[in-house]
Amino acid sequence: MSERTVSLKVTRYRPGQDSTPTAQSYEVAYPDDWVVLDALNFIKDHVDGTLSFRWSCRMGVCGSCGMMVNGEPRLTCSAFLREFDSQEIRIEPLAHFPVIRDLVIDMSGFLDKLKSVSPWIIRDTEKDPSEGEYLQSPKQLDAYHPFTACINCLLCYSACPIFGLETDFIGPAALALAHRYNEDSRDQGSAARWNAINDHNGAWQCTFVGECSVVCPKSVDPAAAIQRLKVDTAKQWVRSVLLPWGQK
Amino acid sequence: MNHRKTLEPMWWGLFSAGGVVAAFLIPIHIVLLGLAIPLGWLPGSAEIFQSWIVRLYLFVLISLPLYHWAHRFSFTMSDLGLRPIRKPLAILCYGSAIAGTVVTAWVLLRI
Ligand code: SF4
Ligand code: FES
Repeated sequence: MSERTVSLKVTRYRPGQDSTPTAQSYEVAYPDDWVVLDALNFIKDHVDGTLSFRWSCRMGVCGSCGMMVNGEPRLTCSAFLREFDSQEIRIEPLAHFPVIRDLVIDMSGFLDKLKSVSPWIIRDTEKDPSEGEYLQSPKQLDAYHPFTACINCLLCYSACPIFGLETDFIGPAALALAHRYNEDSRDQGSAARWNAINDHNGAWQCTFVGECSVVCPKSVDPAAAIQRLKVDTAKQWVRSVLLPWGQK
Repeated sequence: MNHRKTLEPMWWGLFSAGGVVAAFLIPIHIVLLGLAIPLGWLPGSAEIFQSWIVRLYLFVLISLPLYHWAHRFSFTMSDLGLRPIRKPLAILCYGSAIAGTVVTAWVLLRI
């Protein structure tokens, strides 16, 4: 197999040691089938064991290996080195997030936002298991299925210029998941999600830039979910004004 | 659950309704009033403005796109760096749209 070399310009930040992030370059010889993550693992194993980054599945499923690759949010386990024409590839932590160390971002803010939309099925009453499953028609499944594919990789947050300006914005993935559960015919919890969605930092912060859907590795289309949430929320708002007694 | 926590659904509703009007009605209006009538393809007379339906149409045509502008402009300006003065900017933009709506209604009622 032919081998080429590339220079990876990796952002380093070691708390207590560096006052600001700096860039460090590593030369890596790579075979054709290597992805960016393979090169980082090569560096970690053979060149510099202090380099820190997250990864797990190596197959685009766990969502933990997101980084900025030449300025674009990518899953590094799906970004082949041979894709890049340049002699140098810049690897930086995901944009718009606080950095813990090197390429590791702090995602606790996102986890709080995710929790605020109760991304699970909420029911007023549960059927007894002996009564069988909650059946759905193919149409009912289609209504939410595309939004189930999210792996919480946060690429959409790094791509979103609004989140870059307003880090309190609940953001694309959390809203897409809110929509996913609201659209599920088995769910009865949309009222519990209402406040998080219908907030200045909820769906209304979005100006439909659409970059979230462009970068999503799972084709979730959060931008479409957010627009649907806006329409649904506006309709419900009109209903609540016209028929205030009908409010739940 | 208080569903009226924020007025943003209302502003966004007016924004999107205004967008629909701007995208669909204004081009038709330009063809009718800017081409068809001046070029004599269609008959036209000032009488038509006496009709309440025509006045209502003009009210919708003029007022809703003002809210589209107000929303888009205030969001764009705050994205371009005016975020710190977002509140007064929003008041100025939506306030202008409301003023425009009142003036439109006033003019249309007086023709
Ligand atoms: S919506 Fe897509 S880009 Fe955003 S976190 Fe989920 S999988 Fe990642
Ligand atoms: S390592 Fe799991 S998605 Fe990349």
